[in-house]
Formats: sequence, structure tokens, C-alpha cells
Amino acid sequence: MSDLNALLHSRSFVELGARQRVAALLDRGSLRELLDPFARIKSPWLEAQGIVAQADDGVVVAKGTLGGRPAVVAAIEGNFQGGSLGEVGGAKIAGALELAAEDNRNGIPTCAVLLLETGGVRLQEANLGLAAIAEVQAAIVELRQYQPVIGVVAGPVGCFGGMSIAAALCSHLLVTREARLGLNGPQVIEQEAGLDEYDSRDRPFIWSLTGGEQRFACGLVDAYVADDVVAIHDRLLAILEQPGEALPRSRQYARFLDLLGRYDAVPQADAAAVRALYQGDQA
Amino acid sequence: METLSFEFPAGQPARQRAQVGCVGSGDLEVLLEPGPAGRLNIQVVTSVNGSAERWRHLFERMFAGANPPALNVDIHDFGATPGVVRLRLEQALEEVSNV
Repeated sequence: MSDLNALLHSRSFVELGARQRVAALLDRGSLRELLDPFARIKSPWLEAQGIVAQADDGVVVAKGTLGGRPAVVAAIEGNFQGGSLGEVGGAKIAGALELAAEDNRNGIPTCAVLLLETGGVRLQEANLGLAAIAEVQAAIVELRQYQPVIGVVAGPVGCFGGMSIAAALCSHLLVTREARLGLNGPQVIEQEAGLDEYDSRDRPFIWSLTGGEQRFACGLVDAYVADDVVAIHDRLLAILEQPGEALPRSRQYARFLDLLGRYDAVPQADAAAVRALYQGDQA
Repeated sequence: METLSFEFPAGQPARQRAQVGCVGSGDLEVLLEPGPAGRLNIQVVTSVNGSAERWRHLFERMFAGANPPALNVDIHDFGATPGVVRLRLEQALEEVSNV
């Protein structure tokens, strides 16, 4: 990155909104949005609770091509209600993935890319949101039998809660340095474990444990890329070109359970100890 | 949360629709669609109560006597300042006029 020209002309992916991100990835002219904002399929639950709803419920779904391959891309808008996933947004993503699986059974090799900026379930929609996330997870597992389902966590929201499980089920997972990935968000952990254990305002500490670089070093994600539209696009195409034959991470649970079984929870965890644990060279 | 309606005289219908912005903190979402000739209808859903006068002044400054295109405008506001509202509206109007 010492090339000044490259730095001056790079375009941040993190700074783009959900709709712009989808447009930046799909082949030019191929994008067709499904249930766009003018369809006005928004949350029926938020306005009853005095919260202004967004016309697309914070989820953008589009079909198109990626390097000439049929693809569906779904993006969560992190700026709307913290990227929380409710009944409608969840159903949009699950439905898109189910249709992609249907395509594959009909001989059309549709792959999927999920752009995840989400704190997880939308608490105002409670069980309906949780059910929608379960449907998304089931649809990922179904589609990944046929074609890659690539998760991208770019930041700045990160990916937490039930959607972090959805991310872990993806056949490939791609992160930037801005990304964070974890089951519970920092404030939830601080509230449960106490300030001494986990200070949610200590940003270097939070990123050292849940940030993209750390997750990559621990082997919990497959690719660590710069926050750059071209770099992310090229890496997606490279994965689609050569998806590899590796067992999905969620099928490697025996290895992960063995590693976690060796973890000593008494001393305060730090980034180096966690890396060593996942890399399997610590007793 | 409040829902407000406004109407202004307008010219011919716009030729296309546009969506800009996001219902994020201090921002708003604007949806423009071609409306019946001669009328600009605006519906605002805002998280800020008691702000009807401010919206009316802002729209009057932008649209009164300006012969805007005929549109149905939907605004979903999450506490945007008048400056941000005006920028978003101008952005959306520019998109519907770029045929």
C-alpha cells in the first residue's frame, strides 16, 4: 500500500450504503433489485412501537451476475436500526437464498453473497426476527451444497448475534480490518462479565479479540482484505473461480470442540493466547 | 412519531422515480414517484414530534412558486436537521430529472 497513486484512487467499501455496495459488486448493467423500496414491504411492527420504518426494511436484495456467473447479493444496511434483522428483512434474505437453491436444482448455478452489517435480531420483533434468522441459516446450509455462499463482513457495524452464526455457516467468509465478528457484542459481554473482564469502550482491546485480523489469524474466516471496492470484488471473483474442496467450517466442529476443550478460562484472555489456541500449538 | 401531509402546485409529472438516504440517526429516506399532473404531494413520517411548522417552512422555501415536477414524495425521517433534509431532497430531485 506504499503506492500513493493506488491509495489516492482506492474506493472504500465500508463507507458505502447497502444499495451502493450491491451495485459496486454486481456486473455493470446486470443488477435487478427484488422487493425494492417502492414495493414498500416494510416492518409492520416498528411503527406500532413509535419507530420510523424504512421502505426496504434495511435489506437490499438483487439478482445479477458476478464475473458472468448468475448471483444473488443481499446487503444489510447497518445504519438502519443498527442493521438489526426483523421479520421482513430476514424473510427477504431467506427467500432469496431459497430461490437460488431452486435455481440450482433447475440447472442454473446461482451463487450468493451476503453483505453482513448487523447486530443480530431486531429486539422489537423478538421471536419473529429469531425465526427469520433461523430460516436464513437453514437456507445458507441448503444453498452451499450447490454453490458458494460467501459472507462479507466489512464494517463498521460488524456481525453479531444470530447472524454471526449465519456468517459462520457460509461456505466462505471474507473480512476487512474494520470488521468485527462475535456472538455477543462488546456491551453485552461487559454487562454480563463486568468491566474488569471486558471494557466495551477499549476499542483496541475489542478489535484485538473480535476484529477481522484476529479472526483471520484464528482461522475463523477465510480471507482478510483491504477496505477497497476493487480488492473485495476481485477476491469474491477469485473464490467463485476456485471455491476449493474444503469441508465447511461448521462440519469441522470436532476439531474446534477439541481446541476449545483445552482452553483455560482462568487467566484473562488476550489476542496472542487466543490465536495460539486456535492454531492448535498450545497445550 | 408523527405523520404529516403537505401539498403544493406543480407542473408535469416527473419521468422516473428515485430513492435516496437511509432511516439512520440524523438522516432520512426520501422516495420520489411521478404523481398526477399539477400536484406535489408530500407525506412525512418523522421520529420528532411537534415539528410540523419546521417542515412546512422548509417545503415552502423549496417549492412555493418554483413549479416543481408533479411527484408523490414519501419521507421517513430519523431526526434529520433541515439542512440534511434539503440536501436529500435536492439529491432526489436531481436523480428524477436525470433521464
